[in-house]
Order: sequence, then C-alpha cells, then structure tokens
Amino acid sequence: MIRACILMALTLLPFSAPGARAVGLEVPIAGGKFESVLPPSPKEKAADVPPFRLDVALVSNADFARFVRKHPDWRRDQVAGLFADEGYLRQWSSPTEPGSGIEKQPVTQVSWFAASAYCEARGARLPRWHEWELAAAASTRVPDARNDPEWRQQILDWYATSARGVLPAAGASPANYFGVRDLHGVVWEWVEDAGSMLVSDDSREQGDPNRNRFCGSGAIDLEQKENYAMLMRIAMLSSMKASYSSNSMGFRCASDAKAPR
Amino acid sequence: MFRTKVAVLMTAAALLTGCGASDKPTAAAPATVTTGGSLKGDFGPPQGEPVHAVLTSPPEVPPATGRHAPAKVIVELEVVEVDKQIAEGVTYTFWTFGGTVPGSFIRVRQGDTVEFHLKNHPGSKMPHNIDLHGVTGPGGGAASSFTAPGHQSKFTFKALNQGLYVYHCATAPVGMHVANGMYGLILIEPPEGMPAVDKEFYVMQGDFYTVGKYREKGHQAFDMQKAIDENATYVLFNGAESALTGPHALKATTGQHIRMYVGNGGPNLVSSFHLIGEIFDKVQYEGGTHFQENVQTTLIPAGGAATVEFHTEVPGNYVLVDHSIFRAFNKGAVAILEVSGEARADIYSGKQGDEVYLSDKTSNTAAVETAALASASGTLTKEQQVKAGEVLFKGTCSACHQDTGAGIPNVFPPLAKSDYLLADKKRAIGIALNGLSGPVTVNGSTFNSVMPPMSQLNDDEIANILTFALNSWGNDGGVVTAKEVTQVRSSTKRAEGAAH
Repeated sequence: MIRACILMALTLLPFSAPGARAVGLEVPIAGGKFESVLPPSPKEKAADVPPFRLDVALVSNADFARFVRKHPDWRRDQVAGLFADEGYLRQWSSPTEPGSGIEKQPVTQVSWFAASAYCEARGARLPRWHEWELAAAASTRVPDARNDPEWRQQILDWYATSARGVLPAAGASPANYFGVRDLHGVVWEWVEDAGSMLVSDDSREQGDPNRNRFCGSGAIDLEQKENYAMLMRIAMLSSMKASYSSNSMGFRCASDAKAPR
Repeated sequence: MFRTKVAVLMTAAALLTGCGASDKPTAAAPATVTTGGSLKGDFGPPQGEPVHAVLTSPPEVPPATGRHAPAKVIVELEVVEVDKQIAEGVTYTFWTFGGTVPGSFIRVRQGDTVEFHLKNHPGSKMPHNIDLHGVTGPGGGAASSFTAPGHQSKFTFKALNQGLYVYHCATAPVGMHVANGMYGLILIEPPEGMPAVDKEFYVMQGDFYTVGKYREKGHQAFDMQKAIDENATYVLFNGAESALTGPHALKATTGQHIRMYVGNGGPNLVSSFHLIGEIFDKVQYEGGTHFQENVQTTLIPAGGAATVEFHTEVPGNYVLVDHSIFRAFNKGAVAILEVSGEARADIYSGKQGDEVYLSDKTSNTAAVETAALASASGTLTKEQQVKAGEVLFKGTCSACHQDTGAGIPNVFPPLAKSDYLLADKKRAIGIALNGLSGPVTVNGSTFNSVMPPMSQLNDDEIANILTFALNSWGNDGGVVTAKEVTQVRSSTKRAEGAAH
C-alpha cells in the first residue's frame, strides 16, 4: 500500500527545481568496503563505497516525457546528434509522448548523455558502477547474495530470454534487501562511470602485455570470473558509447548521501 | 606451417636413422609438397569490383566462388537473438549469426580481401562480436567487431590461409555465447577451387545446457553450472533435434560424390563424427591440404572442422552420429542422410533370412520347415504341427516350462496336465502372444511371475507350439490353427517390450 503511494508520487513529480526530490523515492544505502568484479585498482581488492542514495525504481517513460517537455533540447527531434544516436526515443509515438500502454514502463532507448541530464535536472546523478553493483548484490533477504547459486541463476534466466517481450512496469519487481526494485530481470542500466570502464573489447585478452598502454584505472583485470551475471553487465556497458541507445538499456538516479537536500 | 616443418624434420630424422650413413640431410624435396601457408597466401591487392558474398543457412553451402584472382569480398552478417525449438515442445533462446544455428556459411577464396560487416539487431539484449579462425590478426576480429545492440561494425582482413574454419562469438562470457549457438563455418577455397562434387552439405555439432532435463517441455533457460561441469543436456547437429531428420533429412541419390563441411562449435565436447553405413573416402582435417582415406570415425575438436567426402552406392537411410554414442541416442546427436536410387544387392543384400537360432538346444529345424510348407499349401496335419511345435518349444519355451512341461514349482507353472492351459484355448493363444504377469492358479498352486510376450513368433509357429503342448506330457489333445492365432492377434494390441 505504502509502496503503491510512493510510485504514484513518483509519476506525479514535477522536474522544476533542482533539489526538489521527494523523500521516499530514494533509499539510503550505507556503502562500505565492497569487493567488485571490477576492482578499483590492481593493488586494491575492495572498493570504498561512500554512503549514497539510490532510486527505488527505474525511470519510466512517463517520467522521462515530463523531463523532455520541460527540456525540449532532449526531444528526439531536437537533440544534438553528438548526444544521442538515431535510436534515441524511437519507440515513442511522438517527440513528447511515449504513447499509450508504455507510460509506466521503464524508459529505454536513451543515451548516457540524456540519462545524465535527466538526473542532473532532478539534482541527482547516475549511480556509479560500484554503487549499482553493491545494491544489486542483494537478494530479497540478504545484502550480499552473490554466492547464492539461486540468485545467479535468476539473473542468468533473464539473460536467456530475448529482449523483444513487453517490459514490466517500473517498480513492479519485489524490493531487495535495501528496498530497491528492478535491479535484475528488467533492463540494463546506465552508470555514471560507464565511459571509464576500460575493459578490453576482446574479453579474452586479460593479462595482455599491452595493458599498460592504458593509464590509470584501465589496467584492471576482471575478478570473480564465476560471477557471469555481473560480467555480462560490464560487457554490455563497455559495448555502448555514451550516445548509443538500446531497447534494453534504461536507468535510475542516485545521489550522495551528504548532498544538501 | 610450423607443423609442416616439424613433419619435414621428422621425415629427415627417419631417413637418417633408417639409412644410417648419410652426413647431409637429404630431405629437402618433401618441402615442395607444402602450399606455403600464409606466407604464400597473399596474391596481391584485390582486383575488379567488390563482390558480395553469398551466405547460406545450414545445411546449404554457397556455390563455388569461381574466381581465379583475388577479390574484395563484402560479407554482411547479422546477429539475431531468437526463440526457436531445440526439441519437440522445447524452446530455447538462441543467439545466432544470421538467424540459424550454426550461423550462415561464408565462402571466399584464398587471397581475397574480406570486408566484414557485423550487424547486431536492435532487438538483441547482448553486445556481440566475431572471432573467425580463418583470420590472421589478434583476436581473429573479435575486438574490431565488438558491437552493441542496434549497431554495426566493420573490419577488413586478407584470407591468407586456405581451409575450413570455425567462427564464433567471443564476447564475455564467451562460453555462454558459444553455448547459445554463436558459431558457424567459413570456407577459404584454395586458389584452384574445391574439386567438383555432386552435393555439398553444411553440418555443425554443438552442445547445449538447459535448466530442465533432456526433452523437458516448455521454454528452457541456459544452465551455467551444467556448462561449467561440461554436463550437456543436448548434443545436436544444426541446433535442433529435428534439424536434419524426418522431412528435413539430407537428401542424395546413389552414385553421387558427397562432400560435407562438418564443424564443431562446442563449447565443450569433442565430436566422434561417424556416418553409419558409410566410410569416408576422404577426410581433410581442419583446413588441411592433405587428406586421409577410408576413415570410419573422425575426431572433430570443439572449435575445429573437417571436410569429409564419400560416394553413395546403396540406397537407404544413413545416420550421422556423434559416436560417443549416448550423445546420439540420449542427447539428440542424430541426423539422417536419405539416399534414393536403385537397389544394389551385389553390394548390400538387405536381410536374407531370419531363422530360429537354437543355441545349445540341438534340434532339427526340418520339421519346422516341413510344417511351414504344408501350412502354406493347406495340407498341414496335426502330426506335422506337433513335430514342428516340439522343435520350437525347445527353442523358445523350455527354458522356463522345461522339456518335460512340468515347469518349476512356485516359479514357472506346468503345462503338463495343466488345468489352466487346457481350460481355455483362446486364452492360451492370448498368453503366448501377449505374455502374462500377475498371480495365476494352476493345478491348485499359485504362481506369480512374468512371462514375456512371444509376439515375434508368427501365427504358424504359435499354433504349432500350442498344438504340441496340447498333445504332449499326457495332455488330452486338441489343435490350434494359425487362423485362430491370427484372429487373436488382430484383436489384441501388440504388447510393449515384446521379446525379440
């Protein structure tokens, strides 16, 4: 009942002023030391994830339509080609309307630039990979279910279905341990640092002597090879440039826990 | 190339040790039999207008390139994720090159410059790429072709080595992409082309891992743990159990030269490829320029291929299997080649006889033959029936009911003076045909065991056996005719598991 109210609030929220985020749309997550499939550097195993807040649900078509009407620069017929490819919001019935039947569904066919602009307009940002991965490691019962074969299989089951079916409404899946929904089994999600995941385009090249050609965080090998479910997320993100869109790529927003409210 | 050198050195060593005396190596000559590999595969820049490669879905093979000079060849391959039937009533989400498993067959000529366009369908959930084993260059094209859904990428390579090569997706997790069907074959023809044959086919084996058991109905998801354990649920030719059987069987006629381009996509299993009832006249392993002759079963590694050739002589159905044989009959690795044409009894006769084999029970089958002839001519006597029945009884029935007809107490009921047998002739025929299980009371004793159906015996034989039983061991006579057996047989369904 309470959750249903939250969802309604989400769909009615205007995007007028930064900082006008409604309490309850996001949940606070404590963060902490987290062993990612993508370690922060060759020497550090665990990433330090500061406390953050994460949207409970994915951004829906209706949410994004309100944003586009407010910021016409992001209409599909007005967006700069640099920021979005030809697929951008192509599934909508018009530049400002998603069309009937898909309002409540997660918005897809959005570029990283557009997703970032949406969150920024809300006074938020896209979640960082480590934040997303930490939140997504939870099952409905425990904060870190990554070693639970059932958790993994559920995710793999989604990968084993084609992307042509109708998406469920945003926020329709059960809340996980942190109270976050839709992290698995709905769409891929943009993350703020998608562009700096310097994973080789050929995943078999790990241990390549050329890896030092990358500066900084590039020279990282993927960890947890058995955690296929997460590695596939990284493969997908690394195949996407920031202007690309895909009918299975959506997003949600996050913010720093200490940000002024 | 390297392998060729090793072979030459080995030959040299053999000569040296064999002849003993020579100081200088005399093995320079065999080197001329090599084609020179990639070092001699560059025939210069492409000539003429660019050519679009003809791609075919399995089991079809594109026509020969027919080119005598290097060309620029444009290959456009689309990656599509599709739900398709993997077995009767079972669907699976395949990731494919060109909509089929295996992917489209690509045919170019050695020395061609191939401009490769990989398109990832907008409906795809995954990014994909392609590693062609026929490419010389890091990753075989993998990094250069990494493509997000709804995008396409392009790279160019020169086909330096001739041969038959596997291509596959190499996106993480590589094993899963391959297990979902992302593989196919590219043929790089030698400069002079492939020798002409009457028919060419494209067959590729792959292993599949589903959460549900073999043939468990419904949509089945990929099972990562089974894949890691190399515990295949299905092993298939061309991506489905019925891909090459029934109406989809490969078809040929007698007197044809057949060539099959056979690949193995894996991801895990190595194939013991065999064609039941044929012998491969020629097998060229991988892209090899040398062939082996008279091969019964050839090993095709995961990520490898072989070209097999044979000539059809005798009509009939020939079965392609992975001769790691449980895969064939319990995991689906079966395909059919249907050969039509005139019978060739001089080469293969077909079944020429099926006679009673009596093992250690030495008996004269003449009585059986006499009775069969008499029955056919309508002159069969009761005595002939009894004599024939005795022989047949010894071969078929006496192991349990004993030569004396006394059976074995508490285990096998007696036939001698058996109230159960003598009470109902029709029932006796039915039992002989269909067997009997469960408790019966014979001469006051209860027996509870199983008699298998004897429906493999013909009506004459059953009539003779029963007539023998009715007139032996003090039983009071009676005759069972073949006609009576025919009637009972036609009114009962053939029992399952009938003895053979």
